Amino acid sequence: MPAGSQPAFPMRRSLFRKNLVTALLLAPAALWLVVFLVLPFVAIAIFSVGERAPEGGYQAALTFAQYANLPARATAFWNTMVLAPVGALACLLVAYPVAYYLALRAPDRWRLILLALIVIPFWTSLLMRTYAWMYILGGRGIPALLAYVGIEDLRLINTPGAVLLGIVYGYLPLMILPIYVSLERLDRRLLEASADLGATPVSTFLGVTLRLSLPGVMTGFSLVMILLLGEYLIPTLLGGGKVFFIGNALVDLFLQSRNWPFGSAIAITLVLVSVVVLIVANRISTRLSGARRVDLI
Amino acid sequence: MPKSYRDGLPITPDKFVDQLMRLKRGSISRRDFLGLTGLGVATAVMARELGIMPTPAFAAENLGDRMSIATWPNYHDPQTFENFKADTGVAVEVNVFGSNEEMLAKLQAGGSGWSLFVPTNYTISTYKKLGIIEALDMAKLGNFDGKSEDARFTAEGTIDGTIYAVPKNWGTTGFAVNTKKLSKPMSSWKEFWDTAMAEGDGRTMVHDYQLTTIGNALKYYGYSFNSLKQDELAKAEELLLKVKPHLFAVSSDYQPGMRAGDAWMTMCWTNDGAQLHRDIPEIAYVLGKEGGEIWTDFYAIPKDAPNKPAGYALLNYLMNPKVAVKEHLANGAPSTDARVNALLPKEVLDNPILYPAADLLKPLEFGAAATLTDPGRAELMARFKSA
Repeated sequence: MPAGSQPAFPMRRSLFRKNLVTALLLAPAALWLVVFLVLPFVAIAIFSVGERAPEGGYQAALTFAQYANLPARATAFWNTMVLAPVGALACLLVAYPVAYYLALRAPDRWRLILLALIVIPFWTSLLMRTYAWMYILGGRGIPALLAYVGIEDLRLINTPGAVLLGIVYGYLPLMILPIYVSLERLDRRLLEASADLGATPVSTFLGVTLRLSLPGVMTGFSLVMILLLGEYLIPTLLGGGKVFFIGNALVDLFLQSRNWPFGSAIAITLVLVSVVVLIVANRISTRLSGARRVDLI
Repeated sequence: MPKSYRDGLPITPDKFVDQLMRLKRGSISRRDFLGLTGLGVATAVMARELGIMPTPAFAAENLGDRMSIATWPNYHDPQTFENFKADTGVAVEVNVFGSNEEMLAKLQAGGSGWSLFVPTNYTISTYKKLGIIEALDMAKLGNFDGKSEDARFTAEGTIDGTIYAVPKNWGTTGFAVNTKKLSKPMSSWKEFWDTAMAEGDGRTMVHDYQLTTIGNALKYYGYSFNSLKQDELAKAEELLLKVKPHLFAVSSDYQPGMRAGDAWMTMCWTNDGAQLHRDIPEIAYVLGKEGGEIWTDFYAIPKDAPNKPAGYALLNYLMNPKVAVKEHLANGAPSTDARVNALLPKEVLDNPILYPAADLLKPLEFGAAATLTDPGRAELMARFKSA
């Protein structure tokens, strides 16, 4: 055996071992993704080219009739496409000042406590928190208090305002945290430099602070927006089920009219729309912040 | 003095170890050890709760330790299930649903895990056709007496002479009105819909349920509650779309809104009407004089029930009139069983919400099986909700 070939063996073996370790470490996550994400997605894709059985459910077929029928839920798509960005924008307007205060103005010893106060409610299920709002906004809540000062028969629950409030309340931490992180990383010397070069506080904010926090803003914005694309709980509970979103259409198609193929076609379309939203958001934030790459999630 | 967490324990850890050492040394018997440490009681309770030791009465057949039932909200006396557990050792998990469609969807998908469920009359033929439910083994239901049942309500449980489902309650679908807020007396579906667009603007609820919402809109024009005719459904849709902007909510969970005073009028089932009127006397229950729905809920057993013996045992238990009467008092819906009616207090039998006058019952229709699976009605409902 030539002496020179000896080192190749242990090296190859160590490379193999490294790959094996990597594979073993990745296996649980990969298995999880395959079983709970890829396989259901494939099932839904197969369903979406099928037909509704006469008594409801799925019946094998190869047709694109379900996709051709998508306009029948055009209103639901439209409502969702309006709700998602408007809700995310409302969240952003409330979240930015909070994140700004936390990152740049709050005293150090308070910062952790304030952050905890923002995160703790998030540990409670969204359903429970939304139910709480149902009772706060309902006739025995705020309207009953207002009746003492003479404002009678005021109705707050089941209004668009109640839905917006529920959305902002429910998703606020998801918006605050990424913005907070990007503001916290901000190099304070840049702000001083901007001031030294004669910029007013407003133009410093717009030109430096806001600009550099855009990756966080876009992360929060797309996180909230994607969750809102599938939202159905808040409009049902706080909006009285009068406004119909894609999430509501899906629930009805699977559980009420049992048109699983049509529901599957809508679900696939919704996933595609979400992917497009992510890509577009990524592009915008890359361009705005001037960075080469921005991690959205 | 602060209380130690140990105070509440039957035995302290130190003493437990002492007793364990005595057992190991052979100073005490195993029986004494179990008694002294409290482990004996714990084991006995666990064995009973988990069904390891069946209670004598049901020892003949192994019922297991748990089963699952699918039913409607506010529909059972919770004590019934506690008593059943005490008698048999079987813990009952209760799943509540908002519509028959949803129950059917879960059963069609398979693996529901239910050993008993409560479908409404018009769905039973579909369940049978799809092979989801099995013919009941009447030998296991000694407490059921077909002769004491009112045939008007029980017919749809029997298909071609075979019993697939036995009745639980019957009832009607009318509307509930807060008469303090809407004082004009009402007696028809026409008035319901017209009021929703006038005095009841922003305060009216309709069910999130195609059968009743479309059915009662059809009654506005005097059409059949179950109509599948294109032109009649088109008229109902026109009405529904006109009413939509005036509604408070499209939801079958109407009790909270009515109780809080946010909603003044809602489509309503008998049992909810009785509960609302009992607690808030100014809430009246009205049956539309044009007609509307009359219904019977049944018990049935899915073919894929994971614990059939327990499903039959619970069903037989519920068919005992002494048990059933408590169920009726709790949920407020009338009974189909003459033996139960004989046990009900007079004020219940005289309650016009539960037992309406014959002339009001006459025009009512049972829901039709075709509405359950008709894609036309499902799409109409989707257009109404998304309008």
